[in-house]
Amino acid sequence: MSRFPGVDFVEFDALLTEEQRMVRDTVRAWVEDRVKPIIEECHREERTPLELVPEMGELNFFGSTLSDYGLPGLDNVSYGLIMQELERGDSGLRSFASVQSSLVMYPIHAFGSEEQKARWLPKLATGEAIGCFGLTEPDFGSNPGGMRTTARRTADGWVLDGAKQWITNGTLADVAVVWAKTEDGIRGFLVEKGTPGFTSSDQHGKFSLRASTTSELGFHDCHVPADALLPQSGGLKSPLMCLNQARYGIAWGGLGAAMECYWTALEYAKQRVQFMGQPIAAHQIVQEKLAWMVSEITKGQLLVLQLGRLKDAGRLKHQQISLGKRNNVWVARECARLAREILGANGIVDDYPVIRHMLNIESVFTYEGTHDIHGLIIGEAVTGIPAYNPPRVAEKAGKSKAEA
Amino acid sequence: MKIAVCVKQVPDPEARLRVGADGAWIDEEGVAFVLNESDEYAVEEALRIAERTGGEVIAFGLGPERTREALRKVLALGASRAVLLSDPALLGGDALATGRALAAAIRQEGADLVLTGSASSDLGYAATGSVIAGELGWPHAWLVMGVELAEDRRSVRITREMEGGMNELSAVVLPAVIQVQAGINHPRYASLKGIMAAKKKEIREVAAAELGVDAGRLGRAGSRLETVSVALPVSGREVEWIAGDAAAVAAALVTKLEQEAKVLR
Ligand SMILES: Cc1cc2nc3c(=O)[nH]c(=O)nc-3n(C[C@H](O)[C@H](O)[C@H](O)COP(=O)(O)OP(=O)(O)OC[C@H]3O[C@@H](n4cnc5c(N)ncnc54)[C@H](O)[C@@H]3O)c2cc1C
Repeated sequence: MSRFPGVDFVEFDALLTEEQRMVRDTVRAWVEDRVKPIIEECHREERTPLELVPEMGELNFFGSTLSDYGLPGLDNVSYGLIMQELERGDSGLRSFASVQSSLVMYPIHAFGSEEQKARWLPKLATGEAIGCFGLTEPDFGSNPGGMRTTARRTADGWVLDGAKQWITNGTLADVAVVWAKTEDGIRGFLVEKGTPGFTSSDQHGKFSLRASTTSELGFHDCHVPADALLPQSGGLKSPLMCLNQARYGIAWGGLGAAMECYWTALEYAKQRVQFMGQPIAAHQIVQEKLAWMVSEITKGQLLVLQLGRLKDAGRLKHQQISLGKRNNVWVARECARLAREILGANGIVDDYPVIRHMLNIESVFTYEGTHDIHGLIIGEAVTGIPAYNPPRVAEKAGKSKAEA
Repeated sequence: MKIAVCVKQVPDPEARLRVGADGAWIDEEGVAFVLNESDEYAVEEALRIAERTGGEVIAFGLGPERTREALRKVLALGASRAVLLSDPALLGGDALATGRALAAAIRQEGADLVLTGSASSDLGYAATGSVIAGELGWPHAWLVMGVELAEDRRSVRITREMEGGMNELSAVVLPAVIQVQAGINHPRYASLKGIMAAKKKEIREVAAAELGVDAGRLGRAGSRLETVSVALPVSGREVEWIAGDAAAVAAALVTKLEQEAKVLR
C-alpha cells in the first residue's frame, strides 16, 4: 500500500507552523518505517516492542515539552501531533510515550526535588530508564480518591502498603510513580525496581493494547527512603494534573487511530470491486461511511488544535480536555467500527491494521477517565452539578472526587 | 572541513499529478513537495563526514520560496547554515543555468567538498552536479556508492557501481563534487531537538545580482533547453492469459518479459 498522506480536508496544515509540520512528518516517517512493519506481529505475540524505545529517546519523543535537562521544549500542538502519529502506529506505543512523558517525567518535573529531577529526567528522556504511573487500584478506578494504598512515615522514610492494578509498563519500569494516602492526604512516591516489598506481575489475556505491557503492582511493608517522596505533590489534585497532560495527548492520539482506519478503508474501498465491476467506493452507503469518518476527523482536528493553543497560552481547563478526550476517542472507536465494516471479512484479520485499532481503542475509551466519566465532567461544567458525586450523597459518603 | 550539500525540492513521488495550465509543467496546487530522495543520502553522507572531522555542513538550495522548507529540514538534520537562491531571475533554468548559479554561490562561501544526489526525481537530468564541477573546475564523480575521506583530508576514496556488478574505486583530489546514489547510507530522522534548533539557524538569501554572473547566463534567460510540454503516460488495460502447466507458463512468461515488456535481459 502507498504511504499515508495525512488527512487534510480543510487546509488544516495551513494552521500549523513549519516546525509543527516538521515534527509531525518526522514522527510519521519513523512510524511508517519502524513501527508499521513489526506492529501486527507484536500484537499477535503480545509483545511490547522495546527495541524501539532507544530510538524514540534519541529522537526526543519523551518529555518533549520540557525545556530544561537538555529537552527540546516543544509547544503543545507539536506534542499532540507526536501522539497522533504514534497512535496511528499503535495505541500501545502511544501509551508508552504518554506514560513516560506525561505521567512520569511530568510529575517528577512538576513535583520532584532537584536531586530527583537530575537523577531521573535525563535517563527517562533517552529511554535508558522506563517509568510507570500507579494510581488505579483493584477497587478504585473511576474514583481514585477512594484508594487504599497507604504510606506511613517512619524514622528514616516511608512504608508503603497496598496494590495497584492496570498499570502500563508496570513490570518494565525502573521507577514507579506511586500515589498513596498519607496522614496529610494523597502524595506521590518514586519507588525503584528491586525495592524489597515491591512486586509486579503482568496482566495476561488482554484482547486490547497487546503491544503494551499492563501490570499489577504490590506493596507489602515496602520501605522507601525519605527522599522517595515527591516533595511538591499534595492531594488528589497532583495525579489529576498528570492525567490532564496525558488526556490532552490522547485527544490527539484518538485522531491518529481514526485516521489510520479511515485511510485504510478509503484505499480498500477504491480497490475492492463488487457488483457490476464497481469499486465498493462507488456505492452510496460506503461513501456515507467515508464521509462521516472524514467529517468527524476534521472536526476533531480543529478541536484539539484549539485545545493545544489554549494549553500553550496557559488557559486550558480540565473540562475542555475532557471534551477533547471523550469526543476524539469516540470518533476513533466509531471510525474503527465503520472501517471494519467496509473491509468486510478482511476487516477481522491482521493483514490490515483496522481490527487491531478497533480492539485497542476499547482500552483508550476506558482509561484516563472513561468516556462516561468525561461526559459527567462536562455535565458538571455546564450545570454546576457533579452527577458522579452529587452533594447530598457526598455529605453521607465523605468527600471524594471521581476523575481518574 | 567545510562541506556544501545541494538539495532540491521535488513533488512528492506519491502525489497524483496533473499537467499545469501552460502544459510545460505540473499544476503545483495541492501537491506536497519533499526533499529529493538521493539528496537525502547526500545530506546524510555530508553530516557523517562533518561529524568525523569536526567540520560544518552548509546546505544550498535553488528554487522557489518553498525551497526554504527543504533547507529547514536539512538544518534540522544537522547542517549549520543554509543558502537560499530563490530570486525569480534564477528560476526556471535548465541544469546549465541552475548549476552555474549554485557554483557561484558555493564559490563565494568556499567549500572543500560538494555533495549532491545523483539526480532529481522530477526532471532527472542528473546534470546539475556535473555543471557545478565544471564551473568550479573541480573533479567530479557520479553514481557514487561510498565516500571515504583520506587520513590527510586532501582526497576522498569513492566507490562507484558499474554495470555487471563491478565496482570502481578511485581517489578524487579535493575540492571535488560528488553525486551520491540513493541507498548508500541510512538517512537519519530529524530529532525534535534538531527541529527546534533549526529555527534559530541562518538561511541566507542570495540574489542573482550578488552572484557575480552575467544575468543573461542565469535562470530562464541563461537556459539553452526549454521544456515544450509534459504529458502523463497513458495506461493500457490489455490482459493476456497464458495457459498450460506451470513450467510452460513460466517459460512463456520469461520470453514475454524479455522480448515484449523488455524488463528482463
Ligand atoms: C490497558 C490499560 C492500561 C491502563 N494503564 C493505567 C496506568 O498506567 N495507570 C493507572 O493508574 N491506571 C491505568 N489504567 C486504569 C484505568 O485508568 C481505569 O481502568 C479507569 O480509570 C476505569 O476504572 P475501572 O476500570 O475500575 O472502571 P470503573 O471505575 O469500575 O467503571 C466501570 C464503568 O462504570 C462507569 N462508572 C463509574 N463510576 C460512574 C459514575 N459515578 N457515574 C456513571 N458511570 C460510572 C464507568 O464509566 C465504566 O463504564 C489502565 C487501564 C487499561 C485498560
